[in-house]
Amino acid sequence: MKHSSTQNNKYGMVIDLDKCTGCGSCMVACMAENNVPFRKDESDKTKSITWMRVYKVTNGKSFPDTDICYIPRPCMQCGGMHDDGHSPCVSVCPAVATDYSHETGIVSQIYTRCFGCRYCMAACPYHARYFNWWDPIWPEGMERSLSPDVSPRMRGVVEKCSFCFHRYQLAKDKAFVEGRETLREDEYQTSCTQACPSGAITFGDLNDPTHAVYKLKNDKNAFRLLERLKTNPKVYYMSTRSWVREACDNYIKGEMPQTAAAHHHQEHH
Amino acid sequence: MDSALIPKGVKRCPFWQFALFIGISGLIALWGVYAMFLCWFKALNQTNMNDYYGFALWIWADLAVIALGGGAFFSGFLKYVVGKDELKNIINYAVLIGFICYSSALLILAIDIGQPLRGWFIFWHANVHSMLTEVAFCLSCYFAVLTIEYIPLILENRQIDKIPFFHHLSHNMHEIMGIFAATGAFLSFFHQGSLGGVAGVLYGRPFAFREGLFIWPWTFFLFTWSAAAFGPCFTISLTKLIEKVTGKKLVKDNVIDLLAKISGWMILTYMIAKLIDTFYWGSVLAPQAGFTFSEFYSNNAFYGKWILVLELVIGGIFPALILTNKSMRQNSKLLTLAVICGCIGVSTNRWVMVCQVMAVPVLPFEQWQLYIPSWQEVATTILPVAYGAILIAISYRYLPVFPQERELNPIDEGEAIEPAEDVPPVMATPQPVAA
Repeated sequence: MKHSSTQNNKYGMVIDLDKCTGCGSCMVACMAENNVPFRKDESDKTKSITWMRVYKVTNGKSFPDTDICYIPRPCMQCGGMHDDGHSPCVSVCPAVATDYSHETGIVSQIYTRCFGCRYCMAACPYHARYFNWWDPIWPEGMERSLSPDVSPRMRGVVEKCSFCFHRYQLAKDKAFVEGRETLREDEYQTSCTQACPSGAITFGDLNDPTHAVYKLKNDKNAFRLLERLKTNPKVYYMSTRSWVREACDNYIKGEMPQTAAAHHHQEHH
Repeated sequence: MDSALIPKGVKRCPFWQFALFIGISGLIALWGVYAMFLCWFKALNQTNMNDYYGFALWIWADLAVIALGGGAFFSGFLKYVVGKDELKNIINYAVLIGFICYSSALLILAIDIGQPLRGWFIFWHANVHSMLTEVAFCLSCYFAVLTIEYIPLILENRQIDKIPFFHHLSHNMHEIMGIFAATGAFLSFFHQGSLGGVAGVLYGRPFAFREGLFIWPWTFFLFTWSAAAFGPCFTISLTKLIEKVTGKKLVKDNVIDLLAKISGWMILTYMIAKLIDTFYWGSVLAPQAGFTFSEFYSNNAFYGKWILVLELVIGGIFPALILTNKSMRQNSKLLTLAVICGCIGVSTNRWVMVCQVMAVPVLPFEQWQLYIPSWQEVATTILPVAYGAILIAISYRYLPVFPQERELNPIDEGEAIEPAEDVPPVMATPQPVAA
């Protein structure tokens, strides 16, 4: 069935990389908000669960021309090639344990449905999906500080950023009680957005002209990660630095830089 | 000691030798079983897989044994659908190898999933758009078909055959075996293809992604083709191996020659398609995603262009040239070398389409990811080999796997366990029902 996403909400993010200081507040807030498990020894980052992960990228030049950029990477909530929900991960899951919501544009993960084949992880080019290699073990007493709105995951299943979907559900409940169908921009915000001390993350409905992200995504310096793969992410980035924009996609030597970004802007204007 | 179970008119090694082989293989299998239970009870942290390497040694082993086990469906297809009757003399063995390969594949999958008790979700909550769903359905159905094809062979055991019910059951199953062989071939065409599709549909992974026909990427067709082409190489390899181990000729040269010839032409045509695919992928698809061909084979400690040479030249063009040339394939040593190279070639292809896909970085600021399996992964991968050796040893000893064995290895009257009778090939010829 063909779904039209224009009639619905399409929640997304715009991250201003020029404002990000790499402090990691978004990562901490995300872990606390979403009951993300951790181990005593987290030195092996290939087995760490970080729904929001901040990459450190440099321009490769030596002093005084050296420059650093931090790239926060949540789940991109890809809409797929034609923005029809054919996300790289959703289309491959054999048990419909991950699904694309045409109401919100958010890619869900059903932990009790997932049987841990990890095909979705193989499909995701952003490494936004994580496997529970262990059962979660919380330090003594910490169980009491877990969020009751987010179910902890068991070993053997995949998890990922949900754009704090439980917050969306709570906001919808509140709106329903108040007799409203739509949410105000400030009613539904992700924890990383609120935790960012420099205000680098803006969250909202990409389809709603009254939301800040609606305008920001059309900024001339806005782009998306791996735009050329046509995964159609809902996370946009902004940077005035051209090397940062070029560092977020693959280009063949001699190819005109920003080709993909230019292509994206053609599509959106 | 077990002579009453051994088929008439054939000679087998002393029981102690057989028991020793089973014992050693059993110990290796036990090691694998121990590792398997570790993975089930302590979870997949027993492996060296990680969030970059979600698919690793096991999935490769899965794809490899399924490709190598392709000799069963393709031989069945040639015998029952195309009508190559000579292949009746090797079809039992091909079915046995297929049964081992597919049961192993299912076992590996059961270990590989994070929540094994939820494995049935793939059928119950099936996502019809997922290639893995197609794999699960066709694989399970085809395994059922292989079991049905293997059962009559078991019923041919001298003692079991004495029981009238089993004798009649065996006869009736023979009568309809052609239908199962054709069904098996049909199912195999799909699941071999969907295994190729598993990698080919990954449009977020430029190393794996291929365009295709309707919903099927080209890898879908290439996998089916390669399994049909290289599967018989594995059947011939194992026939040569069992002939070496037993010191007997078990299948006539004309049968092996026919299978080798068909395999050769299949490999040759597959290689043409594969080279076209590689060229198009390297020159059109990868650049569209911002990658050059050489980027996929550089800046890392393992994946160099040597792997292309191993897969395409040593494991593809070389066996194709030998097997399509009559005088070369009739040279026993060259034939053996060619079929072994073929097995290496198709296994390398499956490795590349599983492990190299995971290794290549897609985000420009990511690194190549290399991985070394843990002993638990190695042990559970060796488990099917040990299990296969045991099943082949038991089947060969007690069942008439090779219909030509008695003719090719006549034994003295005194040595014969009982007077020889004509033992027809199990799958090939329906036997008369005893009055």
